[in-house]
Amino acid sequence: IWGSHICRVRGLSSSSGPRVCIVGGGPAGFYTAQQLLKARQDAAVDIYERLPVPFGLVRFGVAPDHPEVKNVINTFTQTAQHERCSFHGNVNVGKDVTIDELRQAYHAVVLSYGAEGNRSMGIPGEDLPGVFSAKDFVGWYNGLPSNKELHPDLSFETAVILGQGNVALDVARILLAPVEMLKETDITQNALEALAGSKVRRVLIVGRRGPLQIACTIKELREMVNLPNTRADMLPADFEGIAEALKDLPRPRKRLTELMMKAVKEGGDDKAEKCWGLRFFRSPVEVLAGADEKRAAGIRLALNKLEGSGESVRAEVTGQLEDVDCGLIISSIGYKSIPIDPAVPFDPRRAIVPNEMGRVQDTAGLYCSGWVKRGPTGVIATTMNDSFDTARVLIQDMEAGKLDLSVNKPGAQAITALLQTRGVRMVLFSQWEKINAEEEKRGKSLGKAREKLLDVDEMLCRAK
Amino acid sequence: MSSVCLSVCVLSSSGSKVLVHFVNQSGVKSSVFVTEGETLLDVVIKKNLDISGFGACEGTLACSTCHLIFEESVYDKLEPMVDEEVDMLDLAYGLTKTSRLGCQVTVERWMDGMTVHVPQEIKDQRGKQEAVRSK
Repeated sequence: IWGSHICRVRGLSSSSGPRVCIVGGGPAGFYTAQQLLKARQDAAVDIYERLPVPFGLVRFGVAPDHPEVKNVINTFTQTAQHERCSFHGNVNVGKDVTIDELRQAYHAVVLSYGAEGNRSMGIPGEDLPGVFSAKDFVGWYNGLPSNKELHPDLSFETAVILGQGNVALDVARILLAPVEMLKETDITQNALEALAGSKVRRVLIVGRRGPLQIACTIKELREMVNLPNTRADMLPADFEGIAEALKDLPRPRKRLTELMMKAVKEGGDDKAEKCWGLRFFRSPVEVLAGADEKRAAGIRLALNKLEGSGESVRAEVTGQLEDVDCGLIISSIGYKSIPIDPAVPFDPRRAIVPNEMGRVQDTAGLYCSGWVKRGPTGVIATTMNDSFDTARVLIQDMEAGKLDLSVNKPGAQAITALLQTRGVRMVLFSQWEKINAEEEKRGKSLGKAREKLLDVDEMLCRAK
Repeated sequence: MSSVCLSVCVLSSSGSKVLVHFVNQSGVKSSVFVTEGETLLDVVIKKNLDISGFGACEGTLACSTCHLIFEESVYDKLEPMVDEEVDMLDLAYGLTKTSRLGCQVTVERWMDGMTVHVPQEIKDQRGKQEAVRSK
């Protein structure tokens, strides 16, 4: 495999086409690569990914019961198999190789490494057992290697989720969905077993502003409303004045709000064992420990009122507090990008790489796409359009002579050699395909779409 | 390369040929003969039309990337949308009053000669708007 990779690269290095390096093998990386390969028939694109496996949040973020959303993997696979594209997994950019080394080897480098951190609530008690970030909880049921030891305790009746975006609703749905709905998906077996034995019966999804500011989209809300054996438990008081505001809303917001109001009115089957509810105008101020002081037993919420109007509605404190008993607290207030290399400018306040339309500030030849460029919001299609924009800007710069393509760059040949001297075991796309086949095989024996490998060492072993 | 071969082969199939004009994000128009009964997503894929990122979820109502804008007279005659289509369409970039998802629209004979387009690329403008909004 080593030999054949070098032969293929040698073939390309006799051409003088642009060589582009992409850091990150998720949707942003793949869509940027796709557009570059299409726009320039002489471009070679190399994708470097930290994990042995590609696809980023499509694999580790999209909920197991949303397999259609993962169909994009097919188009990414085509891109990775393109003759002018190579995928290099198990390479940690910033640690195994620096951005400067990549910039020396390539005409352009695109940062597409997303947001691997999470925004903390910044409240006392946040580190108590029983409190998780949604990023970690989702990573746990989706088989992210670094979350495999999460072992969330699901023996409590009430779970509180802070945040009301699609991730929060995904978590709520996975917590309350009947096991039958999950058992044929690619959810990890240990998460499936934990959820089968779960005592969680009530999930509150808490937001600091009102119903008109809710961040989730209608599909996810509809799935909650339609969840078997659950009922909606809303506070009519939270919806005062909302009916009157409906007529002036644009269609997407109007339909979403109407669906919420329907859930308030109809509630659902009283005999349902489980319930879920949206709670508005509430911000977390403290996680309360139990009598033994050893773990979370409740959360203290501050009640807000709204000031301002339209897009700039803000929550302001009223001074009132409310305590909710709960044993599982999941903070779903946003992912967060982190700086991976001191040579790259980083804006710590916005937690993005500062850029102008994808061109990294003050750094010629360095670009960014996806969440690390715009912040961690939006669906795959948002990232797709954004990645196409960055690719177009990069192509423009090539054509305008802002990138010196007359200089021959060694590309993957140089980087691969460097990584070898550092003892880094790269995983090529054909090797991921072996891991993929193993996961599908294991899944088949369990009646599931796949059973993901949870361990990087095991992935590397399978990749041989 | 392949679209020329496809056009020749398709003439021998039994479905009726309907002329549809597609205008892509850069304003480039492609005119193709399509078979009744195919969805517009099928058409874009089979004819390999140059529309960036079309049909990401492969027709499963899990995205809005096959968003197409119709002429009003055509739009009014299309089959009504199910909730799941409206749910996804509501997230589409550049949504209009005559927007539909291409994967949900099946080609019929009366559509002969219609033009559909995707939202136009707003190059510098959108970049500037983003920069202002994010401050």
